[in-house]
Amino acid sequence: MSLSSIITLGQTALELGLICGLTVLALFLSYKMLNVCDLSTDGCFTLGAAVGAAVALAGHPYLSIIAAMTAGVLSGFVTAVLQTRMGIDSLLAGIIVNTGLYSINIAVMGGASLLNMNKCDTVFTKMKSVLDGTALVSWHKMIVAVIAVAAVIIFLSLFLRTRLGLSIRATGNNPDMVKSSSINPIFTTTVGLCIANSFTGLSGCLMAQYQKSVDINIGTGMVTIALASLLIGNVFFARKSIPVQACGAVFGSFLFRLVYTIALRMHMPAFMLKLISSVIVIIAIAGPYFKTQMPIIRRRMQINSRKEAR
Amino acid sequence: MLYIKNVTKTFNKGTDDEKLAIDNMNFHVKPADFITIIGANGAGKSTLFNLICGTFLSDCGTIELDGQDITMAQEFIRARSIGRLFQDPMKGSAPGLSIEENLTLAAGHGGWFSSVSKDDKQRFREALSLLGMGLEDRMKQPVGLLSGGQRQALTLMMATLNPPKLLLLDEHTAALDPGTAEKVLEITKKIVAENNLTCLMITHNMQSALDLGNRTIMMDHGRIIFDAEGEERSGLTVQDLLDKFRENSGKALDNDRMMLV
Repeated sequence: MSLSSIITLGQTALELGLICGLTVLALFLSYKMLNVCDLSTDGCFTLGAAVGAAVALAGHPYLSIIAAMTAGVLSGFVTAVLQTRMGIDSLLAGIIVNTGLYSINIAVMGGASLLNMNKCDTVFTKMKSVLDGTALVSWHKMIVAVIAVAAVIIFLSLFLRTRLGLSIRATGNNPDMVKSSSINPIFTTTVGLCIANSFTGLSGCLMAQYQKSVDINIGTGMVTIALASLLIGNVFFARKSIPVQACGAVFGSFLFRLVYTIALRMHMPAFMLKLISSVIVIIAIAGPYFKTQMPIIRRRMQINSRKEAR
Repeated sequence: MLYIKNVTKTFNKGTDDEKLAIDNMNFHVKPADFITIIGANGAGKSTLFNLICGTFLSDCGTIELDGQDITMAQEFIRARSIGRLFQDPMKGSAPGLSIEENLTLAAGHGGWFSSVSKDDKQRFREALSLLGMGLEDRMKQPVGLLSGGQRQALTLMMATLNPPKLLLLDEHTAALDPGTAEKVLEITKKIVAENNLTCLMITHNMQSALDLGNRTIMMDHGRIIFDAEGEERSGLTVQDLLDKFRENSGKALDNDRMMLV
C-alpha cells in the first residue's frame, strides 16, 4: 500500500467519522445525558438525508441543512410526545416513530427509494468552488464536516452548562430529584430529544450529500453504529469534562470508521459492518458488567475447587 | 398559610385493596409554624405530604397555599414554593452533576439559558460553609462521591437556597447514623430559624417531635387524632404522647420503628 493511498484511506475514514460523529453527538445528548435510548435514530437519519436531498435537488443546498435539522426536530418532538404525554414506553416510542418514518421518507423522496444527486449543488460542491485553486481543495469535504462537528460540539459545551442543559442532565441522572424539584421533566425530555434529533437529521443530510445519493436504507443500523462509537469514545474519555467527552464521542466515531475502512481493505465484505457494530456494542456494554461480576465468579470457582479437593 | 379543607384520599378505590389514606382532613398551618408530625406506619403522614406536593391528587377537598388554590396544580409548579426532603438521601440531588451544578439548578433564577455567575458561586460557597462539612472546597466534585449525611445536608441547602413558602421534611434523618442525624437536625433547626420558614416535619423520634418546633400533630388512619401547641405542648412528655395515642386510637403505639427516647 502506497503512502498516498494510506492518506486517502485515513481521510475517508475521518470524513465519514466526522459526519456520522454528528449522530454520535445526538446520542451523547439523548442516551448519555438524558438516559433515553432513542430508537428512532435510524429513521431520523434517513429523514434528514431525504429532506436534505429533496431540498438540495430543488436548488437550495444551504437551505437543505436547515430543512434537514428542522425535520429532525419534528421527528424528535413526536418521539418525545409519545413517551411523555401518551404513556408509551420510551423504547417503543422510538420504534413506532422509526417505522412510521419509513413511509414518510419514501414520500419525501417522491415515492422512490433512491435519489441521485450527482448533478445538483450540495454544501460540499459549494465549498469546493469556494476553495477552487487553493491547496485546500482536496480537503473540501473534510472542512465542511469539521465545521459542522465543531459547531455542534461548541453548542453542546455551552448549552449543557446553562440551566436548561443542567436540567436535562438532571432529568437523565436522577428522575426522583427532578420530579420533586421545579423542573418539568416532560419539558426537558422534549427539548433534549428535539435537539438530539436535529443533529441526527444534520448528520443524515451531510451523509447523503457526501455520497451524492440517498437510499431508503441509508440509516439502517445507525443507532447501533453510533452507540458503538459513543461507547468506544467513552473508553478513553469517560470521566472528563463535557467538551472533552463530546470530542471523545466523535473520536470514537473516527476510530470505528478507521477500523472498518482497514477491514474493508483487508477484503472483509462490506455487509459485515453491521455485525461488527453489534459486536462492539455488546462488548462495550457487557465488558464493564462482567468486570463487576468477575470477583463473584472467581470466588465461586475457588469454593468449587476447594470442594473438589476434599 | 396552608389550608387543607375536607381533603380525602383513597387508594385502589372500588377494589379489595381499597385503603382510606386521608380521611376528610381539615388542617391549618400558620405562617412560621414548625409542626412535627408523628404516627404509626400507614397513618397517612407521607400521603399528606404527597397531596400537598401534588405527587397524588386528592379525591375531594381543597388545598390552599399562601392564598392560592393549588389543589389541581402540577407537581413541578408547586415545587417552586414547596421544598421537600425525603428519607432517602439519594433522592434529592443528581449524583452525576457536581455540587455547584446541583446548587445552580436549585438556585433556579435567571432564564433557561443563563449559567452560573460569579456571585452565585460566592453565594453557594457561603451557604455551604454554614454546613461545616467542608463541602465549599469540593464544588466541582460530583455529588455521587458524598456520604449520605453530606448529601442530605446538601439537599436541605438546595431546598432552602431560595427560602420556600413551605418546607416538608419526610423523616429526613431516619436513614443516617445517630451522630450525622443529630448534625443534620441541628442544621435544619438553624436554617428554619434563620429564614423564618414554615415547616412540617415527619419524625419517628418522639423526643425530637416534642423538642423541635412549636406544634405537634399525631395522625392515625388518615385522621389527626391529637394536636398540641403552646402551653399544652410544653408540658408534654414522651409518655404523655403514648398515653394520648392509646386514648385516641384505642390501641397501644407499639410500632417497632417508633423511637421512644
